[in-house]
Amino acid sequence: MGLVTEFLKGLRVTGGTMLRTITGKEMVTTQYPKEMREKPQRFHGRHVLNRYPDGMEKCIGCELCAGACPADCIYVRGEDNDPADPASPGERFGFVYEINMLRCIFCGLCVEACPTEAITMTQLFEMSTTNREDAIYTKRELLMKPSGDVPHMFPGDHLADESELLTADGWLRATAPSGVAAYEGVQMWQGTPGPASWDPEPSQEERDRRSGVDDG
Amino acid sequence: MDWAEVGIVLLRVILAFVLLLVATVINVWAERKIVADMQSRIGPQRAGPWGILQTVADGLKLFFKESVTPRKAQLGMYLLAPFLAVVPAFLIFMMVPFGAPFTIGGREVVLQGADLNIGVLFIVAMSSMAVYAVVLAGWSSGSKYPLLGGVRATAQAISYEAAMGLAMVAVVMFTATQGDGGTLSLSEIVARQAGTWGAFIPKWNVFPEILAFVIFMIAIVAETNRAPFDLVEAEQEIVGGFHTEYSGMRFAMFFLAEYVNIFSMSAIAATLFLGGWNGPTWEGTVPAFVSAILPTVWFLIKTYVLIFVFFWLRATLPRLRYDQLMMLGWKRLIPTALGWIIVSSIALGVRQFGLPWS
Repeated sequence: MGLVTEFLKGLRVTGGTMLRTITGKEMVTTQYPKEMREKPQRFHGRHVLNRYPDGMEKCIGCELCAGACPADCIYVRGEDNDPADPASPGERFGFVYEINMLRCIFCGLCVEACPTEAITMTQLFEMSTTNREDAIYTKRELLMKPSGDVPHMFPGDHLADESELLTADGWLRATAPSGVAAYEGVQMWQGTPGPASWDPEPSQEERDRRSGVDDG
Repeated sequence: MDWAEVGIVLLRVILAFVLLLVATVINVWAERKIVADMQSRIGPQRAGPWGILQTVADGLKLFFKESVTPRKAQLGMYLLAPFLAVVPAFLIFMMVPFGAPFTIGGREVVLQGADLNIGVLFIVAMSSMAVYAVVLAGWSSGSKYPLLGGVRATAQAISYEAAMGLAMVAVVMFTATQGDGGTLSLSEIVARQAGTWGAFIPKWNVFPEILAFVIFMIAIVAETNRAPFDLVEAEQEIVGGFHTEYSGMRFAMFFLAEYVNIFSMSAIAATLFLGGWNGPTWEGTVPAFVSAILPTVWFLIKTYVLIFVFFWLRATLPRLRYDQLMMLGWKRLIPTALGWIIVSSIALGVRQFGLPWS
């Protein structure tokens, strides 16, 4: 008799699921190209090179990202700024910046290494190409436009999500500059590309007081 | 020779044939849709509205695909097997009355492929024939997975055919007490299920023969090689089972046969146990053509309820192991069916002839 009740239980599970699916309460399918699933805040998508609000490039061509890259997929060459028409506020700027997306493992170490928050990661993930050359992103595809838009390999492509191009995500902003992984209550992430607009981080004492840590 | 008679017979057969084909197209789509719903998915949705043309698209694709023949295949049997699968599947349905008989131009037309007086026997015979297709396909492919599928099919068919036959015996016995003598004709079995007991309970065989109905349902799921008894094709274990080496239209014919079998078997279960096309027609209160078409509607509704059970089982139950299959067949279903025949015949005998000592 136990077998029969188990059998009926099983039928109830599938039947119930069917009713919930038909009435629209439950559905695991997302109609992908038409509707996008919301990605996690710290999603590791393709990179973007940021600008300061005045349009200056953040990258100073220091090559720390290239040094940090475990997959050896970043190639940077710096060059001295023209004092009359500088590309970046510093002495030097990233003259050549290339990322081979076929080699990139999207670990985000370049983002952590960057001293000026020049390179961050977006939530864009549709990077398929028809040849290997297209997979090497140069400054043209990486450097954010002065308007604040993220450049796209194929802007006219129907897979290019316009709203996503406007929301470059800073993984760095979520974990750095304090290096504290638990960032609740501390605003360190912003939804729009460009320079950070958050208030200054509280002091160490202030944060210790908030989290109740007594190291005295 | 009465040519009008011949024409009517031809029309009947063609009607049944077309009904089966259309039902198959809908069933394949319905199964995918229903199983998808049971797994919180969407299912086919691109071909036509709600994806209803999916089967047509699949059929066209298969039609244009190459039919590969394995080098070691025994060609004669290999080519014969798909036809052996399709023909009995269609023949079974020819026995099923799918609407009330009506009179047109002074002739009585029964909506049934052929009204054999040994209909029930014919069904049992044809459902055993269907096994030959599977076994021959498995054997003649000259490949090991199909062979395993074929071997499984023999054992499974023998076990469950017995239970199916015994469940049918119970119905035939009960039907014999409902009218003038025994009958194996399906149209007569349907006719004897007309009317009601009391005010509401329809005179369907399922109520007095409930256990036989359960056994019959289990047995026909096994007979049509459907989950959870699909050991014959078991994708996860033996690739595609007996049809591993078939492609293109030859595979499509096995596929067609499977779904035609589901429809035919559900139709037979509906006919034997759920009163076939019997149902209220409200003659006089609704237009004549509505009450003429209503029996067919009732028949299709009953059949589709049973087909839905097939799909439901498939979405719910995991496949049985081989020994579990054999145990369920020989140790549970057949003894239960035999016991039910004894109990049922004693009860019927007492009702018919009174107690032996009175």
